[in-house]
Amino acid sequence: MSQASPREVSLQDLQGSPKRIRRERAFRGLFFGAAFFSIVISAAIVFSLFGEALTFLRNVDLSALIDVEGGWFPRRGRFDVITIITGTVLVSLIAMVVAAPLGLGAALYLSEYARPRVRRALKPILEVLASIPSVVLGYFALAWLSPNIMQALCSQPTSFSLGAAGIAVGILITPLVASVAEDSFRSVPMALREASYGMGARKRSTVTSIVFPAAVSGVVASLILGFSRAIGETMVVAIAAGATGGSLFTVDTCGPGQTMTAAMTSLAIGSDQVRGQEGTFESLFFVGLVLFFMTLALNLLSERFVRRVRLRY
Amino acid sequence: MTQPEIHVDVSRHEGFASRELVFEIKDLSVFYGPFKAVRDITLDIGKSAITALIGPSGCGKTTFIRCLNRMNDLIETARVEGEIKYHGVNLYDKKVDAVEVRRRIGMVFQKPNPFPKSIYDNVAFGPKISGFKGNMDELVEQSLQKAALWDEVKDRLKESAMGLSGGQQQRLCIARCVAVQPDVILMDEPCSALDPIATGRIEDLMQDLKEEYSIVIVTHNMQQAARVSDMTAFFTAEVNEQQDRRTGVLVEYDKTENIFQTPTDERTENYVTGRFG
Ligand SMILES: Nc1ncnc2c1ncn2[C@@H]1O[C@H](COP(=O)(O)OP(=O)(O)OP(=O)(O)O)[C@@H](O)[C@H]1O
Ligand SMILES: [Mg+2]
Repeated sequence: MSQASPREVSLQDLQGSPKRIRRERAFRGLFFGAAFFSIVISAAIVFSLFGEALTFLRNVDLSALIDVEGGWFPRRGRFDVITIITGTVLVSLIAMVVAAPLGLGAALYLSEYARPRVRRALKPILEVLASIPSVVLGYFALAWLSPNIMQALCSQPTSFSLGAAGIAVGILITPLVASVAEDSFRSVPMALREASYGMGARKRSTVTSIVFPAAVSGVVASLILGFSRAIGETMVVAIAAGATGGSLFTVDTCGPGQTMTAAMTSLAIGSDQVRGQEGTFESLFFVGLVLFFMTLALNLLSERFVRRVRLRY
Repeated sequence: MTQPEIHVDVSRHEGFASRELVFEIKDLSVFYGPFKAVRDITLDIGKSAITALIGPSGCGKTTFIRCLNRMNDLIETARVEGEIKYHGVNLYDKKVDAVEVRRRIGMVFQKPNPFPKSIYDNVAFGPKISGFKGNMDELVEQSLQKAALWDEVKDRLKESAMGLSGGQQQRLCIARCVAVQPDVILMDEPCSALDPIATGRIEDLMQDLKEEYSIVIVTHNMQQAARVSDMTAFFTAEVNEQQDRRTGVLVEYDKTENIFQTPTDERTENYVTGRFG
């Protein structure tokens, strides 16, 4: 360094060690492989869905797909999708009636009201709730919600019901709604709250007029994600909603009904029964495909809302 | 670091003799948990004047100014000792509601922090929450005019405030603050994120505002303090009893020209002449 003459640099010095470069490439290849493999798997799944669904559509009389009178009895060749879509939507809406106030309330409490110590204690509890296996919630719906809650709401004895399943699904998705919403409340900069308090706003006006509107895209995203998770929930409805073999069109939440996911499981369990009439088994894939598009659309929608939150600040 | 502190009895100064006082602060110390951030501050702040707070980073200027409208209540670990009288009323009296305090003593922050709402709604927010019943359009226009922003935004009141430039945003924050018709405006380095032109506009604005409001401003910019303020308080940080952290103290408080031309304390002189540290 003390030399006055400039240092000599050859191309070789700047080339770097070939071994390191090779290792770098190997890692890159490894990760690319992992990414590529998961894309291939997803594509393969969608392909097989499409394939089987097309077979079904070719074999079935298309007018049978919308036949509200007939209901959904795939083993007897009655494929009214309106029946099971209605079941799914009903269960998911009931779930949202439970999860939206509970989840958003919990999120607001955790991010705006709870002291740090309380927050640290409560967050893990929410995670415990999130890790209850859905099978357990299914039986909880059947064994507790039905005789206690649904019976009181319906003023008639109930066992299997769309309502009990909906409430249980609501409990299931509450932690998801709460955690996504909480993230978006917490991403509202402290400076905005300070600005509000600095003008003499109370906590309530700060939360309702500043924090909530600033986080609204995240809130909507949390609700959409919750809804999409509710649509896809299978175990709870398979256990608690009843109507395993099929169902007539119904909007009675006090009684049994069938959702898309439950319809698919009941087709798949008991393999000796799966092959009923022509197309019975393939109808499973058709329902799966419709379900896939519904959740895909909802997830894309929520993705857009989440991005809007990120762009704002 | 063992020089005696100097507490100036401002009422002795001619510039102050005729002035009504807004704040009378006595023996104020502020703690963050066990850490004493500032100690034993005693000073009076006059009405319809601009009071500047200067001093090196970490000497507790922000801590001090946030005590004046009880913003420190929002920090869980913060604790205040001593007395702040606001028009003769003890601000930290148990019966005093911090919300009422902040309606009268507004704050403009270092970084412009407009709400992600329209320009109009930003200004209307304060009056709305404090139950303003009059003509909102008029109030919004007046406030924006006072903040010298009206001409630039009058055609885009419904557009998002996030689309304004930094200087415009800061003037919007001033308009928002003025809209609740406070008695005092606290400004914590309001120009530090702005270019010289925007800074100049805000300084002009402060001169206009001081007729109606008492202003307390924290600034790192010595020229700014000298240009805009009537009174200047110089704070510094000195090593505390435990010798582990530095606690802020008030070194000298006087008419601005005295602080800059004939400071009585060596530390002030070193700081204002740029020989500090
Ligand atoms: N919320 C807090 N919790 C704990 N300590 C704090 C907190 N805020 C400030 N402090 C400490 O208090 C002291 C004074 O900080 P303060 O922000 O008031 O200084 P300042 O004079 O405004 O500095 P600057 O000019 O850099 O803004 C510093 O030592 C700082 O680390
Ligand atoms: Mg500061």
